[in-house]
Order: sequence, then C-alpha cells, then structure tokens
Amino acid sequence: MFLDSDLLMSALRALTPILLAALGGALCERAGVFNIGLEGMMLMGCFTSVATSWFTGSAWLGVLAAALAAAAYSLILAVGAVTLRGDAVVLGIAMNLLAVGLTGFLLRTVFGVQGTFDDPSLAGLPLIGGFTALAYLSWAAVAVAALLLSRHVWGLRLRGVGEAPDAAATLGVSPARYRYGVILLSGVLCGLAGAQLALGNVTLFTENMTAGRGWIAVVAVMLGRAAPLGVLLAALLFGLAEAAGFRLQGLGLPQQATDAAPYVVTLGALFLTTARRRRRPRTTGAVQ
Amino acid sequence: MTRISGALRSPLTFSVLAGLVIGALFLLGTGADPVTAYRAVVTGALGADGIGPTLTTGTSVLGLALALAVPLRAGLINLGGDGQMVLGGITATMTGLHSPFPAPLTVVLALLAGLAAGAGYAVLAALCENHLGVPLLVSSLLLSYPAVSLASYLARYPLKEPGSSLPQTRALPEGVALPAFGDSTVTLGLVLVAVAAAVYWFTDRRTAVGYEIRMTGLNPRFAAYAGVGRQGLTLRLMAVSGGLAGLVGAIGVLSFPYRFVDGSLTGPGYTWTGLTAALLAAAAPLGTVIAAFFFAVLQVGGLAMERTTEVPRELTQVLQAIVIVFLAARLRLPGRRPRRSRESEAV
Repeated sequence: MFLDSDLLMSALRALTPILLAALGGALCERAGVFNIGLEGMMLMGCFTSVATSWFTGSAWLGVLAAALAAAAYSLILAVGAVTLRGDAVVLGIAMNLLAVGLTGFLLRTVFGVQGTFDDPSLAGLPLIGGFTALAYLSWAAVAVAALLLSRHVWGLRLRGVGEAPDAAATLGVSPARYRYGVILLSGVLCGLAGAQLALGNVTLFTENMTAGRGWIAVVAVMLGRAAPLGVLLAALLFGLAEAAGFRLQGLGLPQQATDAAPYVVTLGALFLTTARRRRRPRTTGAVQ
Repeated sequence: MTRISGALRSPLTFSVLAGLVIGALFLLGTGADPVTAYRAVVTGALGADGIGPTLTTGTSVLGLALALAVPLRAGLINLGGDGQMVLGGITATMTGLHSPFPAPLTVVLALLAGLAAGAGYAVLAALCENHLGVPLLVSSLLLSYPAVSLASYLARYPLKEPGSSLPQTRALPEGVALPAFGDSTVTLGLVLVAVAAAVYWFTDRRTAVGYEIRMTGLNPRFAAYAGVGRQGLTLRLMAVSGGLAGLVGAIGVLSFPYRFVDGSLTGPGYTWTGLTAALLAAAAPLGTVIAAFFFAVLQVGGLAMERTTEVPRELTQVLQAIVIVFLAARLRLPGRRPRRSRESEAV
C-alpha cells in the first residue's frame, strides 16, 4: 500500500513547520507586507531552540527562546520596511542570508563544531499521539487566524490596512502599528516553526537546515491566497510530497529525485492555480 | 570637508562602514582583535599567496554578479542562479566528455553548451512569469532545486567516475580545459567574464536596449507606455542572465579540477554573493565589478582570517548580509518602491 495512514501521519508531521511559517506570512500579506524573510526567521528559531534546549536541558525553554529570538530578528523587517520604507524584498533576501551566516558563525563559536550539532543529551520535544504539541498548536492557529480575519474587528482592520492603508489611517487605524504587529507575530510563528524543525522532527541543528522550507512557505501563502485554510491545504500538499518522497526513496528511487519532489509538486500546483488567474495587474510579487 | 560628509551620507558608504563596524563588534565578542582580523582578511586575499585564489573565486562571483545584475537593472530578481549555473556546468561536462572534435573546438562547444543550458533554463522561469503569472522571484528559485538535484544525480550515478568514492564525474580528456595563467588556477575564464562585464557596460551606457532596460527599472509603467514590451524584455533579460550563469558553470568545470564535482559550484554560495554584489551596486556595471571583487576578497580573506585568528570564516558572510540589510533600508532600488497603497505598487 502506498497511500496509507502512515503516509498521512508523516505528511502531517512534515507540514507543521511550513504551516506555522506560512500562517505568519499570510498575516503579513493581508496587512500589505510581502515577507520573504520567513526562511531566515525559521533558521534563527532552529538554532536558538537547540542552543537553549542544550544549555537549560528543557525543550520547552528552547521553544520559548526560539519564538523570542525570531521575533527579535523580525524587527529588522519591521524597522526597515515599515519605519524606514525600505525594500521588503531585498530586506527579506538579506535576512535569509544573514541567518545562514549568523547561525553558522554561532555554531562555530558557541559549540565549536562545523556542519551539525548533534548530542544525545539534547532534549527534544515529547510526542503526544504521534505529534508534538506544536503540531496541535499549528492546527489551532489556522482556526484562530481564520476566525480573526473573517469575524473579528482586529482582522477587519488588518485587512483594511493591507487593502487601503490611507483609508485605514483616516479612520484612526495606524497601518504602521498593525504591520509591526503582524511582522512580530510572523517572527513568533517562524520561531515555533524552527523549534518544531530542530527539536520536533529531529533533535539536532545542521547548517542551513531549513533548506528552502521558508521559501515553500512563501509559495504556500501565494497558493492559499493568504487565507488560513488555503495555506493549510497548500502546506498539506507540500507535506504529502515530502512524505511520498521518503516513501519512494524506500522503494529504491535515488535520493536526488525525492529531494526535488516537494519543489516540483509545489511548482506544479502553482502553475495549476495561477493559470486561471493570469492577466492580472502585476504587483511586486504579492498575492492579490 | 563637504565632500567627505557627502560621501559618508551616501547609503552605499554608510552601509559598508556599518557592516565593518558591526563585524568588528562580533570580533570583539569572540575575543579577537578586529584590526588584526581585518588585516588578515586583506593580506590573506591580496597577498602573494592569496591573489590567485581571489581571482579564481572572483571569476565565479563576478560572473554571477553580472548574471543577476542584468535583470536587476530592469527591476527583475533572478534567484535561480544556482540551478542555471549547475546545469551549465553539467552540460559542459557532458559535451567535454563526449565531443568527437579536437580539444580546442571541444572547449568552445562546451562553453557554448553551458551557456545555452543556463539560458534555456532561465527562460523557463521567465515563461512561468509571463504566461502563468508565477512571480519570477519564486519561479526561478523553485526551479533551481530540481536542477541542482538532477546535476547531483548525474554526477553520482550515470556520469560517476568508476572506482572513485567521491561524487564526481570522470575527468575531462587531456587538453579540454581553459588555458591557465602560469602555474595559477586563474584561467582564461576570468578574461571571458571581464569581456562580459565590458559588454554589459557598453550596452548599458551606449545602446538603445540598455536605455530601455534602465528605463524599465526606473519606471516600468512609463517604459510600457513608451512601447517597451515587458514580457519580451523579461524573456530576453532572463536568457542573458541564465546564459551568463551557465557560462560560469562551464568555466568552473573547464578549470581545475577539470570535472564536475557535486556541490563544488553551489557550495561556496556564488549565487548569493553575486546577488549581494549586484544589489550593493544597484546593478550598475562598474559598481557591480567593484562590489564583486570586494566580496571575493572577503570570501578568500575570510579563510585566511580563520587560519590566523581562529575567527570562523562565516563572519564574512554575516558582513555581506549586514551591508545589504542597511542598504535595503535606506536605498531605493530601480523599479522597486516601498508599498504605500495597492495602487502605487501595481508595477
């Protein structure tokens, strides 16, 4: 059997980091901030969670530290793009690069190793029914985000800030404050995503261990049209591709083919969904 | 005095200085002496032992910086340099291994094959943006991963050197190589990349096409109004961009170690360093050359610094990114404005 409950379980495990990061990206998108720094924020979360977990012996403190560190890191985007009105795309690219360099540098100076830090005494996150608590949290976050955006005044104002910032400002809603809020929130979510990746899916830190997952999250935001349920479906697609890739590898397919699978599936899905929406006025890469 | 304060107020100078100052703080944090460390970077990269490796690294960095600068000049960001470069490299290797022609002709064919492979793959990303509405930024990056995986597969299985434990192809036949300068690893590839830079400078400054590209970068809507077809321009710019990246890949395998080694093209991060250089110079031709050389010095000097002061070489990567963070917050790139409202951002 190829499609069975095991495959679904591993797909659900693979999707958690993507989903958390993509939810943050979707909220930013709704507030009119194109956030492509998700990858870097996640990577900061990965390193901080592993370092804190190792020094304190508590995986939960690692999760907390990851959320705080990634939120602090997201301030670069908030200050640069919102306050100084810099280019969000370039800032995002620079943040992703900085995170690779910074975590590699810290790995060398703090742990004195290169490549991978992997210690048997490193505390990982416990599993409840096959999933970490962060996985359950990510599903709850989808529901909360969906309700906030569609039913709550905060979500309404957030969408207003994204769609017509001048009008929102006229009504006394500060676009800058809302944008700072969602960027910091996306930092927290990316930090949790990083902690899930480094302490949940595995228990180690490897240089550049996010390996494009933050970019997949950016695509998930596009695929899901920045709606929480859409983002969930997009992340599920990626999770299935990754899980199916591992399964195929077990059946003898070379690792390179399975490595590429999630990206190919994501691209394919992007083609199928965007083909119907072509001939729109182009934006700087944002979803309409 | 006014000239000095004017230069200090320029976003470029400010960003580079800010990067160096923050780098110095990092160095102090690890207990190293910043002056010693920075001196080790400069002497390590520009000293007698370092200049060869700097020029070799500089060939790839400048090649990719140019590749990414060409579309950036029109406000387009190509993030797929890795895939385009690696496909160029593996195609050049296959051409070099199987060409029935004499060695000098084979070298030319391999260079052209690498160029064509990179160009063709980049055009695919342009078609995704033009006809499917997938933003170039995303399509080029996502396409990069399968290309890198494909090249890795080819180097590890069908083209693998028999009996070797390394993930590398067979060595190219005798003579199928770019001529090197003396005993160094610097090859004719550096000259090819320098020629490409000169052509880019000339096109940018002296031709109608160059003007169209710059105009699109400065104001895409005005350029469209003036009759510049955006889709055609995207296609052509991506073909040139991918072609240059593919050429760098071909140069890489036609120089030492004269074969395709899995990871040797993507490992050093030429694509990101090249993009950083192009961003730093806002894709201006001369500036891109200077910035690429600056980053090649940082990259090679970083290794020397690691040897003499035991400060990890990753510090130089941190420096690069900090420079761009500061720059992005202060400088407006061609064609890319901060979003104020949905109307003003429709490019």
